[in-house]
Amino acid sequence: MHEAFVSLRAEAIRKWEERQQSTIPRILVGSATCGCATGALDVITAIEQKLQETGIKAHIQQVGCIGMCYAEVLVDIIKPGRPRISYKNMTPETVAELLEDYLLNDNPRPDLALAVIGEGEVEGIPNLADEPVFKSQQRIVLKNCGHIDPESIEDYMAQDGYMGLVKALQMQPQEIVDIVTKSELRGRGGAGFPAGRKWNSCLRAAGDQKYVICNADEGDPGAFMDRSVQEGDPHALIEGMTIAGYAIGASKGYIYVRAEYPLAVVRLKKAIEQAKEKNLLGENILGSGFSFDLEIFQGAGAFVCGESTALVMSIEGKRGMPRPLPRPRTTEAGLWNKPTLLNNVKTFAYVPQIIHKGADWFTSTGTEGCRGTAVFALTGKIKRSGLIEVPMGIELGKIIHEIGGGVLNDRKFKAVQTGGPSGGCLPESKLNLPVDFDTLVEAGSMMGSGGMVVLDETTCMVDVARYFLQFTLEESCGQCVPCRLGTLQMLEILNEICAGKGREGDIELLVELGKSIIASSICGLGKSAPNPVLSTINYFRDEYEAHIKDRACPALVCKDLIKYSIDVEKCSGCGLCRKNCPTEAITGGKKEPHVIDQVKCTKCGICYDVCPDRFRAVACFTGKEKAAV
Amino acid sequence: MKADTFFIIGSNTTETHPVIGYRIRKAIKEGASLIVADPRRIELAEHADVFLQLRPGTNEALLNGMLNVVINEGLYDRDFIRERTEGFDEVAAAIQKYTPEYVAQITGVPAEAIRKAARLYAGAKNAAILYTMGVTQHTSGTSTVFAIANLAMATGNVGKPYAGVNPLRGQNNVQGACDMGGLPTVFTGYQPVASPEIRKKFEEAWGVTLNPDPGLTITEMMNAALDGRVKMLYVMGENPALTEANLQHTREALEKVDFLVVQDIFLTETAAMADVVLPAAAFAEKDGTFVNTERRVQLIRKAVPAPGSARSDWQILQELAQKIGLNWQYGGTAEIFAEMASLTPSYAGISHERLEREGGLQWPCPSPDHPGTPYLHSQNFTRGKGLFNVVEYTPAAEQTDPEYPLVLTTGRNLYHYHTGTMTHRSKGIEAQSPEELAQVSFEDAARLGIRDGDVVKLCSRRGELETRVRVTDMVPPGVVFMTFHHASAPVNILTNDQVDPVAKIPELKVCAVKMEKVVS
Amino acid sequence: MATVKVNINGMDVQAEEGMTIYEVAQSLGIYIPTLCYHPDLSTFGGCRVCMVEANGEEVTACRAPIKDGMVIKTDTENVSQMRLINVELILTNHDQDCQSCARNNNCKLQEVSAFVGVTPERMQRLRRVITNEVKDISNPIFQRDFAKCIVCGICVRTCEEINGIAAIDFGFRGYKTTISTLGDKPILESKCESCGECVERCPTGALVVKGQVIPEREVKTVCAYCGVGCGLILGVRGSRVVSVRGDRENPVNNGHLCIKGRYGFDFLNHPERLKTPLVRKGGVLTEASWEEALSLVAAKIKEYRDNFGPDALAALASARCTNEDNYLLQKLFRSLGTNNIDHCARL
Repeated sequence: MHEAFVSLRAEAIRKWEERQQSTIPRILVGSATCGCATGALDVITAIEQKLQETGIKAHIQQVGCIGMCYAEVLVDIIKPGRPRISYKNMTPETVAELLEDYLLNDNPRPDLALAVIGEGEVEGIPNLADEPVFKSQQRIVLKNCGHIDPESIEDYMAQDGYMGLVKALQMQPQEIVDIVTKSELRGRGGAGFPAGRKWNSCLRAAGDQKYVICNADEGDPGAFMDRSVQEGDPHALIEGMTIAGYAIGASKGYIYVRAEYPLAVVRLKKAIEQAKEKNLLGENILGSGFSFDLEIFQGAGAFVCGESTALVMSIEGKRGMPRPLPRPRTTEAGLWNKPTLLNNVKTFAYVPQIIHKGADWFTSTGTEGCRGTAVFALTGKIKRSGLIEVPMGIELGKIIHEIGGGVLNDRKFKAVQTGGPSGGCLPESKLNLPVDFDTLVEAGSMMGSGGMVVLDETTCMVDVARYFLQFTLEESCGQCVPCRLGTLQMLEILNEICAGKGREGDIELLVELGKSIIASSICGLGKSAPNPVLSTINYFRDEYEAHIKDRACPALVCKDLIKYSIDVEKCSGCGLCRKNCPTEAITGGKKEPHVIDQVKCTKCGICYDVCPDRFRAVACFTGKEKAAV
Repeated sequence: MKADTFFIIGSNTTETHPVIGYRIRKAIKEGASLIVADPRRIELAEHADVFLQLRPGTNEALLNGMLNVVINEGLYDRDFIRERTEGFDEVAAAIQKYTPEYVAQITGVPAEAIRKAARLYAGAKNAAILYTMGVTQHTSGTSTVFAIANLAMATGNVGKPYAGVNPLRGQNNVQGACDMGGLPTVFTGYQPVASPEIRKKFEEAWGVTLNPDPGLTITEMMNAALDGRVKMLYVMGENPALTEANLQHTREALEKVDFLVVQDIFLTETAAMADVVLPAAAFAEKDGTFVNTERRVQLIRKAVPAPGSARSDWQILQELAQKIGLNWQYGGTAEIFAEMASLTPSYAGISHERLEREGGLQWPCPSPDHPGTPYLHSQNFTRGKGLFNVVEYTPAAEQTDPEYPLVLTTGRNLYHYHTGTMTHRSKGIEAQSPEELAQVSFEDAARLGIRDGDVVKLCSRRGELETRVRVTDMVPPGVVFMTFHHASAPVNILTNDQVDPVAKIPELKVCAVKMEKVVS
Repeated sequence: MATVKVNINGMDVQAEEGMTIYEVAQSLGIYIPTLCYHPDLSTFGGCRVCMVEANGEEVTACRAPIKDGMVIKTDTENVSQMRLINVELILTNHDQDCQSCARNNNCKLQEVSAFVGVTPERMQRLRRVITNEVKDISNPIFQRDFAKCIVCGICVRTCEEINGIAAIDFGFRGYKTTISTLGDKPILESKCESCGECVERCPTGALVVKGQVIPEREVKTVCAYCGVGCGLILGVRGSRVVSVRGDRENPVNNGHLCIKGRYGFDFLNHPERLKTPLVRKGGVLTEASWEEALSLVAAKIKEYRDNFGPDALAALASARCTNEDNYLLQKLFRSLGTNNIDHCARL
């Protein structure tokens, strides 16, 4: 077994090294879904064209997402003998310019560069490792993303890929489970259940047929951590699942992936084929006698199918509905009533490295109780949005202000929403909290699968709560009353509050309903659905009160509660607002003060935006005619 | 139901016996296996482990083929055969030519499916065979039942719970009508009229002299009416003008008979031809007993008065008897039942009073302290040892030919019951199946230019009718299916009245027809 | 079966292992409100109204099995509050025109609302949100009124577990979740067999028989259709049969029925029923008295027997009539000297 692998690995490393030593330049283009959405494919075409035109020889390689979404499209160039330079916000035009300047004329264009990646120095270009965006990050799960070609198993193997599996196959299943237990790895699906305990229970469960399932049904709005791993490093997931299969005695695994992730599906399929070709998956893996097959199951877009029992029902071909307690554990009676190990993408992706490098290596990162790293999709009103991986226990504020670069347009920070629709909003006063599973829950939010949305002063917290609640209530499976109708009732109340029809006692009613929904819902979806509302009431109660008592939206978001008007004194009658108003609500003659017809006005705010700074004649009011902003 | 395997042949159970259908579906969901043999892709076929879609009229061959596999693969129950049966060796020898491959040619069922079905049936712990008219309404009906019995006995699936051979009776009291001696050869409880002792018992009890010669079957009665031997026909609650095979012939007979009396709840097609019509009470308007398909005798109770001056059938008969000069003085149905039970050993332990107290009882129930008999033949067969009968495949009496290229087979649907005397007059039901929709395969429809909902003319050697069609994959190419529920498309105009030589059942399940589109 | 000790509302009791809390409570006569539980069916646990406290945790009584030493409280403040809120939530989404509802006074939601203590004051705090106002009237026998559907799934489980046809299932998501057929077609175009088992079990007015008439008394009998012999309970109003339900005590069908047994009784009251004897006069069937009709038949029978011998007579017994009727028919004709008796057993 070992011999076969040794030569495979040697060949992979040889090819990798050969490429590093390449005498022609290498161009890496971040072309995960995020890159493609920003135009990576057009950039690639432009590169190809430019190369052809100029006759420059270069090797183009598509890589996964390195996580710096704010800088997409990212193009890295490695010239022989030069460090790897990453260029940001590339367009077909700028990339053509860059190629000409750098490859033909040896001008590295520091103005277009983001950073140098890895060793070496280039004048005028900082090293990524020293940059605020990167220096507090620590990459374990994402270590290969953006660095290797995700469609090449050899690239993966050159990064110690499949070393964990080879090591595992030489161990007893219990030894593997013990390492996972000792690593204190907690499931990354959101709840943070100790993975070792799950594996152990599945190993001990009686049954000739067992299953391993990867939950890749990443459904939180704004979350794309799992997608990035699948698109950028699919073999890590496959290797992790195969190790799990060997450890618990399963011969079959399913990856339950959203059908909305077509690129992930393509890359996973390719990776599975490659792994089978190299006998790292399939029958009698590396002659060990252990066989493991992987199948991709595409979900039909139901958020609730991310819940483990609903996911299992969905694979069984039934309507995905979480099974109410009491029910047997999935580890004992899961898919087709057989013992089933179900973990998140990231959980499995950690495993190869934990096995390869040992439990102690893993526990050296993170905090007591929460080992390793956390991956977040940092979005919202933030300067540097993207995918980050940080050690557990990092201060929340550090993520936002250092890694994220602070609030967009230097506005005032208001809150950070974590944990997706199941999580909550934390105010400025909580930014000193360390980020881990338990602390966030105590503060009324949760880590969830890793969404992190930054909100600024222009965000209405009632409206935000309403947004997340709307999401969960539409995605509820509908079987239990509190989740199906309780969330609907809460939404109706929030709608009325935002429409200025809130009633005295509504805040207390929302809390009463929220608590009852949490206490009496069947599954995690219902049990966390009220979180966005309860946490905003907890930290931003004054905003709710302003909506109900003063009929005011302090953030000037709720359209029914705001009013635009033109100051007669300040208006010079330039007509810009009138010309731009989409509903012809503004009238006024040349050089005469203009007036807004409140009946026609849809409160889009265009008049406010277009009024020249030198006049500032348009103002927005809310509540009892209190001027604001 | 706790059988672990069901073999359903010639029975569209979920439509004709829906509540039994519920139990079968449930058993299958709970893990039981199912073999279905039917010319049509009936609903149960969708649940079947093996579906044997055989050509109409080839039941015997299929069953022989299964028995061939059971014997040649050594899947039979040696102990049961040795201790409980006789004649096995003859059958084992005769069956040799029915190899799955040979049977496949006759039935159109792939040989491998026949093997699979045989192995599944023989391998079961408790295998129950359910059949209905798809088995019996053939000229080979009796021998097909023998073939079923051979298969069940060879595998030891008789005389124990949740197994056996279970003909599902189609009508609420068809079992009772037979039990009560509504047959030309027997008194109650199948006591032969030819037996002097039995006759003597009845003569003493009834105070009359009885005829020792067996009477005529219904088909024979019609022939006798046509040639003038039967002058008067008394019909109680039957509608032969719609149910009999080769209706033209039956209707002529009913016309021909001198005096026709019909006792019914509606003016049926037969009553309309009668000289005297006597209005009867319906089931909810009278007392008495019905016997279900599992020989369970159950009380029915009067809930409402009969309309107008309509009377219970027994009251009409009693008054008629009195007018003829017989001194009948029954005070009620319980008394009638008591007299019958006193003359019928298998009913001797049953009385209305006991049924009222205990609920239904399954005969044989020879004494008042006997709990009834849920399943038969647990120790012995009626004749002692179970007899294997050699069965040879005989094709249906009428075969297709270039002029009549299609096979017509008949049955019921879920909504209607028999000729629809009751269901056509139940609003909600009638609305769901207001007219006949003859089932035609996509292939035949395409060939004949027929589309779903078209009206076609169907002709056989005996008659013709027009009906609307449903184009469906339920029937295979070459087969047309119709129900006998609708008087507007009376399928028995077309059917063949050739009968099984023993049971005298006409071959309603196979006749040759041609079909053409009716251009409106 | 082993017995275990549990304490329920302060009482120490013994119960069989494997029983649920709900079953134990019921056996002790303790009422636990529930909307989605049905004794004939598997448990669902969706209404969240049967919550009780067991060993300090809130659980659904219908699903939670008892454990030895378990301490159960069926009426804590928490439990009562949760039940109340969940019932209130259902009511916000429910057409509450109870008086004109066919299920009035026979409605599980009314019963449970009264028990949990719904008050107008509390209801006024909540918003009315009827999410589904569709009525499916496609089936000629029963209708589906979604404004009264509480999505308890009893009909879904009934169709799957009793009938086995699974014509309906949950459809759509979130508050739009409803009971749907394949392709969300009207029920008449689905696989539904109109057996009415779901209508029988629906706890509210969502599934009701069209033109339902409530009987004043009931009579136990046996179905007159196929040979299965299901036990029926006829509902009678005045002198008319107005309803049928399955006899749960009859071991043949345990209360289950098919479309014919449950809904095929209209014929009893059909205007075409024969009400008087008819005698053919001048080729036309004409109303006659019993005396006239029977005298004629008797005379004819004697005439044919005397002139042509008893075998000139023949009689058809009936697979539809009672044993007693058939016994007398064959007795009559055999007494007249013929065995020409048969019936359509072969059809």
